[in-house]
Amino acid sequence: MPMNKARKLTLLAAGVAALATAAAATAGPNLSLVAYSTPKTVLAKIILAWQQTPDGKDVSFNQSYGASTDQARAVGQGLKADVVFLSTGDDVNLLVDDGLVDSKWNRQSYDGIAADTVVVFAVRNGNPKHIKGWADLVKPGVQVVTPNPFSSGSAKWNVLAAYGAERRLGKTDKQATAYVQKLFTHVVSQDTSGRNATNTFLSGKGDVLITYESEAFASRQAGQDIQYVIPRQSMLIELPIAVLKSSANKDVANRFVRFVKSDTAQDLFGRYGFRPVSKKIAAKYADKFPSRPGIFKVDDKIIGGWRNADKVWFDPNKGRMVKIEQAVGGPSSG
Amino acid sequence: MPRFSLRGIAVLYLLAVLLGPLAMVFYRAFERGAHPLWTSLTDPNTIHAFKLTLEITAIAVPINTVFGIVCALAIVRRRFPGAGIVNAIVDLPLALSPVVVGLMLFLLYGRTGWFGSFFQDHGIQILFATPAMVIATIFVSLPFVAREVVPTLRELGDEQEQAAHTLGASGWQTFWRVTLPSIRWAVVYGVVLTTARCLGEYGAVAVVSGHIEGKTETATLRVQDYYENFNQSGSYGIAIVLAAISVIVLLAMTLLRPKEGS
Amino acid sequence: MTTFLSVVVLLPIAALVWTSGKHGRHEFWAVVSAPEAVAALKLTLGAAVIVSALNAVLGTVTAWVLVRDDFAGKSLMNAVIDLPFALPTIVGGLTLLALYGPSSPLGVDIAFTRTAIVLALMFETLPFVVRTVQPVLLELDLESEEAARSLGAGEARVVRSIVLPNILPGILSGVALAFARAVGEIGSIVLISGNVPFKTEVAAVFVFNHIQSGDQNGASAVAVVMLLISFLLLLVIGGLRYLTTRHERHA
Repeated sequence: MPMNKARKLTLLAAGVAALATAAAATAGPNLSLVAYSTPKTVLAKIILAWQQTPDGKDVSFNQSYGASTDQARAVGQGLKADVVFLSTGDDVNLLVDDGLVDSKWNRQSYDGIAADTVVVFAVRNGNPKHIKGWADLVKPGVQVVTPNPFSSGSAKWNVLAAYGAERRLGKTDKQATAYVQKLFTHVVSQDTSGRNATNTFLSGKGDVLITYESEAFASRQAGQDIQYVIPRQSMLIELPIAVLKSSANKDVANRFVRFVKSDTAQDLFGRYGFRPVSKKIAAKYADKFPSRPGIFKVDDKIIGGWRNADKVWFDPNKGRMVKIEQAVGGPSSG
Repeated sequence: MPRFSLRGIAVLYLLAVLLGPLAMVFYRAFERGAHPLWTSLTDPNTIHAFKLTLEITAIAVPINTVFGIVCALAIVRRRFPGAGIVNAIVDLPLALSPVVVGLMLFLLYGRTGWFGSFFQDHGIQILFATPAMVIATIFVSLPFVAREVVPTLRELGDEQEQAAHTLGASGWQTFWRVTLPSIRWAVVYGVVLTTARCLGEYGAVAVVSGHIEGKTETATLRVQDYYENFNQSGSYGIAIVLAAISVIVLLAMTLLRPKEGS
Repeated sequence: MTTFLSVVVLLPIAALVWTSGKHGRHEFWAVVSAPEAVAALKLTLGAAVIVSALNAVLGTVTAWVLVRDDFAGKSLMNAVIDLPFALPTIVGGLTLLALYGPSSPLGVDIAFTRTAIVLALMFETLPFVVRTVQPVLLELDLESEEAARSLGAGEARVVRSIVLPNILPGILSGVALAFARAVGEIGSIVLISGNVPFKTEVAAVFVFNHIQSGDQNGASAVAVVMLLISFLLLLVIGGLRYLTTRHERHA
């Protein structure tokens, strides 16, 4: 009987392996795209558009969406990826440190960025609490929704935007950090990803959701009953795209990335709520995406770039967010 | 008076916790119209999700059935030291959180895990691919056949088997002609429970799947995917398909349930 | 069989225990007593206790009604009890959201609250006590109850001193099973509770989040605590099973 069982199990295993290889042996190359939690709609359109071109014909895609930092860690743990489209350069740096992405990824066109957006406040229709700027978020009784900065890219942008906004208004480093801590005493939910935070807000929790302009746009397009406000001091969110060193289809992957920065794809970005990096296409959508005098970037002096921001704010042991979370009783890890 | 109010409490309890919510699911699935429901259910990634769930179930159920029978035989018939421990180990997946199961697989097969580099060097993908999901599902659905067969075997006693043995039957013949027919309803009931568990698995596969659309999303993961992407028709739609399958399973359970206390 | 068991069950457990103890006892303790971990474990155990207690009462009442009462629709009710066994847990969470979440027709919204967690756990553990008490009630010899009644004992007295002691082991096994299930539950909770750390994050969600964010040490530490609780409950269930079948073995 043990013999029969062993034979049965081997047959079974062989069967599984055969199924797996048969599934893999489809015509044309396959690209695995690992992305952060919110760009599914626009990426689906971009992939479709690319598949109409000679470069993209016959290329099939596997797509995975989730919280940016969590996705980067999953790729580090073996999640197959040819192209990553994450929400912060910080998360791409995680892969650089794992040896999976070239350290010169941000020397590509547009500094390795596929599209931009900005930090906005999503509020209930009619803006009942009259939220216009960062000072309104810390008024008594205002409840804020923002994701967990240890798992979500969106959360990292929100933290740096809050800090940077105060610095732009003339506050010192210490005062601006104190503001961030005060902000987090108003936070009522810290979901793992930007999309989860959106869902929490849409199901009725909180007065304001700090999120991507593109996400607020997507929610409205999906028929949700919200509006959004771009604060005067806000941060430019630069969404990076990179090819993995270990990709078996590097040429195809690079061609896809080039397409993502082409006019066709940039136009799709604009249509779906993202700010195109291409100046030409951005001009076309200038009315849709108002600029603000106070928009600053991660490489500006007050933030000092991702490597610095990561060390100062998001280091899992000594970063400022660890101390702030502990002080307000929030999560100390993702 | 006591009889009526007790009945009322029980009925109210079931309505509030079980039946009311279930009725609402059907309402929500159709709330936005039949068209979005149909589009979501026939989406290629959704169809793949159902297929993947069935594939994993088709692998896990036979394995656990064979193992369950062998295990039950060992626990009941062979008086070996540690039979009690084997019993406890087999029962463990019933009491353990599926997320912990997923974590254990990470610790074994992740890049920094015990066997991670071995599999990576040989180009075999365990985590974030079907193999890990199959292993996880096998783990969580392990106990059912064994647990159903053990009490039946105990009740039966081994006189018939001993009789067959003295008449010259081999071990295999005895098993096939004497033991198996006498436990067959327990086995079938166990298979029904195992199948239900496999179809409904969420926690362990959620940890190890990588959520790759059209590749490592099972039906249960797809429910979450649709829900998080504002697709109410899709998530409740898959839910009613799974609920319908559950009702069929429930019927099978009710008809086949071992008659207790008779 | 032993190879299969070792590879499928023992090896993963070994990996978990080893990882959690990898950095020594003090590190393990530090991780497990971190504020977020403690909050998650407290919430989980608290909810499990509440749900087990509710199940002990409501499950027994339901089993009683199913065995001793008779009315139209009883067999339907009996069949329906097993639904949480057959239904995927994530669908369970979704069903509760449908009736008690946002835009509920009843006008309540318990999403993202601790009540939601208790409700989800009630759903998932509903069958346990009912199914462990039912067979015992069925087997009960009615003669002692009749005798007591004919001697003048009131209904409450009969239940308390004759029925209850007999069905107690049944109730306790059901409670232990329900408790084990409640401690480990994730699928039905993940959509409905909001998973807010320190407020509605249960142990299973804590482990899940920490796996995703690469914190295998934190995840393993809490997971080992959950594993220990599971083992203990298995011992209790096994012990109760031994006690109740003891008279059968010596018969």
